Amino acid sequence: MSPDGAITAGAHDIDPVHRVADDLDEVRHGALAHQFDNLEQQREAATLGMWAFLVTEVLFFGVLFAVYGLYRMWYPEAFTAASHELHLWLGTVNTAVLITSSLTMALAVHAAQTGERRQLLTFLVLTMILGAAFLGIKGYEYYSGFVENHLPGPRFQFEAEHFQHAQIFFSLYFIMTGLHAVHMIIGLAVMAVMLWLSWRGTISPEYYNPIEISGLYWHFVDIVWIFLFPLLYLIGRHA
Amino acid sequence: MPTLLVPPHHYLNDGYGIKSWLLTRDHKRIALLYLAAVTVFFFVGGAFAVLIRLDLATPAGDLVSDETYNKLFTMHGVMMVFFFLIPAIPSVLGNFLVPIMIGAKDLAFPKLNLASWYIYMLGGTFTLYALVTGGVDTGWTFYAPFSTVSSTTNVIPTALGIFITGFSSILTGLNFIVTIHRMRAPGMTWFRLPLFIWSTYATSLINVLGTPVIAITILLVAAERLFQFGFFNPAVGGDPVLFQHLFWFYSHPAVYIMVLPAMGVISELVAAGCRKPIFGYPFVAFASLAIAVLGFLVWGHHMFVAGESVYAALIFSVLSFLVALPSAIKVFNWTATMYKGAVSWETPMLYAYGFIGLFTIGGLTGLFLAALAVDVHVTDTYFVVAHFHYIMVGGTIMGYLGGLHYWWPKISGRRYNESLAKFSALIIFIGFNLTFFPQFVLGYLGMPRRYHAYPEEFQVLNVLSSAGASILGVGYLIPMLYLMWSLRYGPVAGSNPWGAVGLEWTITSPPPTENFAETPIVTWTAYEYPARVETHVA
Repeated sequence: MSPDGAITAGAHDIDPVHRVADDLDEVRHGALAHQFDNLEQQREAATLGMWAFLVTEVLFFGVLFAVYGLYRMWYPEAFTAASHELHLWLGTVNTAVLITSSLTMALAVHAAQTGERRQLLTFLVLTMILGAAFLGIKGYEYYSGFVENHLPGPRFQFEAEHFQHAQIFFSLYFIMTGLHAVHMIIGLAVMAVMLWLSWRGTISPEYYNPIEISGLYWHFVDIVWIFLFPLLYLIGRHA
Repeated sequence: MPTLLVPPHHYLNDGYGIKSWLLTRDHKRIALLYLAAVTVFFFVGGAFAVLIRLDLATPAGDLVSDETYNKLFTMHGVMMVFFFLIPAIPSVLGNFLVPIMIGAKDLAFPKLNLASWYIYMLGGTFTLYALVTGGVDTGWTFYAPFSTVSSTTNVIPTALGIFITGFSSILTGLNFIVTIHRMRAPGMTWFRLPLFIWSTYATSLINVLGTPVIAITILLVAAERLFQFGFFNPAVGGDPVLFQHLFWFYSHPAVYIMVLPAMGVISELVAAGCRKPIFGYPFVAFASLAIAVLGFLVWGHHMFVAGESVYAALIFSVLSFLVALPSAIKVFNWTATMYKGAVSWETPMLYAYGFIGLFTIGGLTGLFLAALAVDVHVTDTYFVVAHFHYIMVGGTIMGYLGGLHYWWPKISGRRYNESLAKFSALIIFIGFNLTFFPQFVLGYLGMPRRYHAYPEEFQVLNVLSSAGASILGVGYLIPMLYLMWSLRYGPVAGSNPWGAVGLEWTITSPPPTENFAETPIVTWTAYEYPARVETHVA
């Protein structure tokens, strides 16, 4: 530690991120917000913010996975029977669609990093198309679930033996996939903003952080589905 | 002594008119937006408390019907917990102080900060709407299946209000975490941070990790009512105790969301009021984190009589005793700081003394409740009510008011009337104890909470409690009046009226919009009393 009252701080006292901004000497980057000293600090703050948000999301979905775990442990037969009513092929196709969208997202981040604007725009559009396709297929599944009276409540129909507990399965199915779908819709909105930013030319190799952290979110929503798919669609399929 | 002047440019005169406030991104102005909002919610929640205490003045409960009574205690709890106690200190004092204390120009995400306020207001509006159109009667705990099947009141809008407000807590917590990690001034290392920052950080961790759990749980309650799902309904194989687990997984840590920031405030007040560094700084800092972590492992102690297994209850009991350790460390370290210190008797310090005494009583009675056998005897009695009011009112509100008085000259640039402030601090202390101490006795004697009527032998204690509540109510009104008066007529405070250390006292009062003309370089620890006071005042 430096002597009391001295203005200079020892080198070990200063976090390298927080070099004092020489605002007068240095031209501030157009995308640099007023509260930050430099783009590096801004990038790290945004990335940490997104990770913290994803931690929140893990807890958010975690409650539903915990509820699912409890009831599946209690009512395994009803869960197996109810799971077989879902459209396995649609779920599988959707899984493939979503994993592919993660690939195009990763490629979009790469294109942003290297400054290839055309590729960036292409991959963002592809990601959005795949995300919309996922939602379309999901919407068709909801529709058929509704027609087949799988929606819990007064119209619910199921074999008498598992009538009550299958309702719990379908309640979980609709809540979990519904919440996932809401996240997909938010993801599409975020991608639309990213597309606009990239179109306008705001995104550059010096400033591609928005694409990067939107990608983090997109991958997270995909990973949630990677857990949802086997838990909901694949119960007892191995036998 | 030189005449003190208000600086020509500061955040309060940087733009006038409604737009300059409603669209501001300045953390200091957003703090004041929160101050206005939480004050309104506090007095709404307080009005319900007044009606409850009036009704309980007679054994028959002559004032309101029993249905209305159920709504009154529910709305009192919902308003106070979700719209006052949880946001108050982080959103008002935290918003104002976090960037200044670490030497930053603003929070990491100023727009998100403003958005958090709007989300909070939207959630509050939903809940107020639910209240004025008929109210809710489930208790603030929303226990299923009453809340999901039986209750005929406005559960869904209230639930949505709480769900929405949750995002405000999450985003504010996220903003603080990122700001404390990434925005510290050069040289402001973790162990040079004021302890208020440590406790705000710990609180933010709970906000980010716990709030999503209550959000989704309360959403499940709303969905269960809307679509007749059966997660918590035993009639279709659901488990109502599961609701209690999920509810308390957040709502117990929420107690620490409420009291940890107050502890942070008290650390600042004690250091400044005793002119000494806080005794055992690292212990106090890590105690905040320990409380945040342990707080997540004790939720089962709310369910000792709810059909929890004996072994689970044993473990939750032991863990609950463990939380007392970091809390006790703080109390001991504050008292050790006072030892041979030049203790002040100014208003902020009066609140600090009040906090330490009342929090200790609240904490120790918490140990009674953590003990399995005693808990069975006093579960759902006024003993529990008294215990958590000692923590939440005696702890959180004392800390909040103490902090508000300590930083008011910084926030407003003016001083309030000191003798009036001391007087109301005393009134609040007396009124508080008169209100809640009799409730320990009532509960121990067996008076259940949430009952509209009671046997006549309990009347004396209930009248004492109601009398205390009216004194307490007056005590809360006086500060509002003299603080508002001081805005216009108070003497100019100057940049460091307390002669305290800390970056917030090195800048003008009120601070300039950008906080620091030049980013400060920190070469000192948090509480270098008395050595640093000279350099700060100069």
